[in-house]
Amino acid sequence: MSGALSMRGVSKTYGSGEASVEALRDCSFEVRAEEFVAIVGPSGCGKTTLLNAIAGFDTVSTGEITLDGRRLAAPGIAPRPGPDRVVVFQHGALFPWKTVLDNVTYGPLRQKALSRPAAEAKALELLRASGGLDTTAASYPAQLSSGMQRRVEIVRALMNDPRLLLLDEPFRAMDGFSKATMHQHLLDMHRRYRKTVVFITHDLDEAIYLADTVVVMTTRPGTVKQVIRVNLERPRVPQMLYSREYAELKRSAAESVHEEARRAFERGEKEQA
Amino acid sequence: MKRLNWRGAVSIAAFILMWTLLARLKAPGFAEIPDPAAVGRAFWDKYLPSAAYWRSWVVSFERVGYGFLASQLLGIPLGLLLGTRRVFHDVVYPVVELLRPIPPLAWVPLSILFWPTAELSIVFITFIGPFFIIVINVHDAVRGTRKEHLWLARSLGASPAYIFRRIILPSVIPAVAVGMTLGIAVAWNVVIAAEMIASDSGLGRLTWEGYVSHTGTTVLIGMISIGLAGYLSTLLVTYAEKRMMPWQR
Amino acid sequence: MWAGYLGAAALWYACVAWLPLESFRRLPDPVAVLTEWLSPQPTYGISIFTAAYYKHMLYSTWRATAAFAAATLLGVPLGIGIGWSKSFSGFASALLGMLRPVPPLAWVPLAILIFAGSEAAVIFVTFLVAFFATTLNTAVGVKSIDPDFFRAAACLGASRRDILLDVVLPGALPNIFTGLQIAMGAAWFSLAAGEMIAAQYGLGFLIMESYNLIQFPTIVIAMATLGLLGYLSSALIRLAGNRLMRWREQSMGFA
Repeated sequence: MSGALSMRGVSKTYGSGEASVEALRDCSFEVRAEEFVAIVGPSGCGKTTLLNAIAGFDTVSTGEITLDGRRLAAPGIAPRPGPDRVVVFQHGALFPWKTVLDNVTYGPLRQKALSRPAAEAKALELLRASGGLDTTAASYPAQLSSGMQRRVEIVRALMNDPRLLLLDEPFRAMDGFSKATMHQHLLDMHRRYRKTVVFITHDLDEAIYLADTVVVMTTRPGTVKQVIRVNLERPRVPQMLYSREYAELKRSAAESVHEEARRAFERGEKEQA
Repeated sequence: MKRLNWRGAVSIAAFILMWTLLARLKAPGFAEIPDPAAVGRAFWDKYLPSAAYWRSWVVSFERVGYGFLASQLLGIPLGLLLGTRRVFHDVVYPVVELLRPIPPLAWVPLSILFWPTAELSIVFITFIGPFFIIVINVHDAVRGTRKEHLWLARSLGASPAYIFRRIILPSVIPAVAVGMTLGIAVAWNVVIAAEMIASDSGLGRLTWEGYVSHTGTTVLIGMISIGLAGYLSTLLVTYAEKRMMPWQR
Repeated sequence: MWAGYLGAAALWYACVAWLPLESFRRLPDPVAVLTEWLSPQPTYGISIFTAAYYKHMLYSTWRATAAFAAATLLGVPLGIGIGWSKSFSGFASALLGMLRPVPPLAWVPLAILIFAGSEAAVIFVTFLVAFFATTLNTAVGVKSIDPDFFRAAACLGASRRDILLDVVLPGALPNIFTGLQIAMGAAWFSLAAGEMIAAQYGLGFLIMESYNLIQFPTIVIAMATLGLLGYLSSALIRLAGNRLMRWREQSMGFA
């Protein structure tokens, strides 16, 4: 079992002197292996900054991030992204100039972890398990619907056998129907491949429905306001949205979330690019 | 306060150094090229106080000014017509497309034959380059106006004149800005060459005479002057653009 | 469309033949030009049947191609460097920014002095024009690549070389090809001018020579040929780009 993530006292300040922006302040929480954690917060609260720090795209100013005991980030450590923590991006980052198959096999081939035939076989298997997407192997991403693109991107991540699967508001731009379908798909993938998932969103419903643990963040500078354990059974089914347990969970979180949302609104916070 | 671009300063310094070395050591080809210091001195002593030199500036600027202005005054309406009137477009656009790839300078002999004065023939050449650029830019911009905007306006009962004034025109302004910037660079390029071939005044002529008389200093001063003049014109155009598009801060 | 061509040709002819304006009288008329162009025994020696015509075309085409090739080979890597690396951009941008405002044709006299001969000088000046256009557009192309692609490649384990080949080059390719088309067009313009000022043989030279020898229909022939070659070469580049970027035509709906 792997994929235990630990955040301790993580802060991040951009710039210096008068122009400095404190994006994160003293964030701490623990993620167990194979756990599904959702991080919820209003626009501009630093959720993406947090994800960038975990993924290794950016440094931290203070604090420490460890993964299975190994230090990923601390002040002075140069960030190094890697296939143990693969990201699924908000606007989708499938390479438009590569076919679905080439996209998906990119990681293992570049790391020389698998031979081409082995990589392609694994890819086709994973694509098939994601709803018959193996038929799109020779297509270009632009020919696929956004839901299909997201699923392919998740497969691309899973191909590397990562310890962490990081998703940055991946379903934000989708309509209600597609989103619901993607939720079930992601839950299915999580159950099957037992990966630790860190899922960023601004949607509390989505967070509670998908996660084992919901971390509520304050508005900027972001810090952990509340941690909620979601005790709904797995596998999750849409009927749970109307259960009493769900309503309870939502009520306990809603006040925090709304308070932060109102503060962000009044401040005119903008999403970081 | 922006931090000084030390890297830029380094590369420029290296460039000047290399130039000086090549000139001083009389490297192959550089026999007649003076080093930067000599150029500076010559400029200070001979050209700065020379009325004829500054007259060249005025002459070249005038030609570019007239040609460029004419190109915009004629080109923008033509582009608008081509973009909005279907029939006009179908008849005239192919002719425009046909004439466009002909290099402006290739028009020189015809221009000389046609126009009564040498001055007019040069202004015409300066006009041609920016003219085609702006026509194409404006035409493409009109064609590219978002259909949704047009439909919305029409469904709200706007008249064609209103639609033209308030929706098409504003979306054309950025294209005009780009067209002007490209056009002014082309205009300068062309006027210089036209002056080299077919005139006895102006900065291009000055540079050419330097070549003919094997005076490297003149050639270089001519080039630098032309570069400066072009740069100034571009600044003027950029300023005009910013006034045209205040929302693009 | 044909109405336009015919109309323009008719207008041209009418102006030259009938308008009592001195200016128009001096111009050659379209009939004269066409008959000359297509005649097996042209009065002034240049038509599609004469070897001299193709010789001039060959000279111009060779110069344009050489200059363009050099500009691409130097400009694309330089543009990638400027777009990708902040420190490299610091070095290069200032120097290029200083040289760029000088109109390319202003370099002709200097180039002739340095290269001791018009052939290399004309190619050099043509090269300059194409070079600046290529470098600029390539740099813009690289800078406009969504940073998420770089991040995705990084977390998938790509090395810097992988990123260059898998992200930077394909990502910038559309802009690179726009730049190449512009560079090609600009190269022909510059070449024509350079040939008119200072060359032996070539279509620009032909224009000046015809003018000096009072062979006016040939002027128009040379002009039209220049336009044609310029258009064809740009079209060739566009086609090559479309083949290399086949993924672009596959999008659903609007781009």
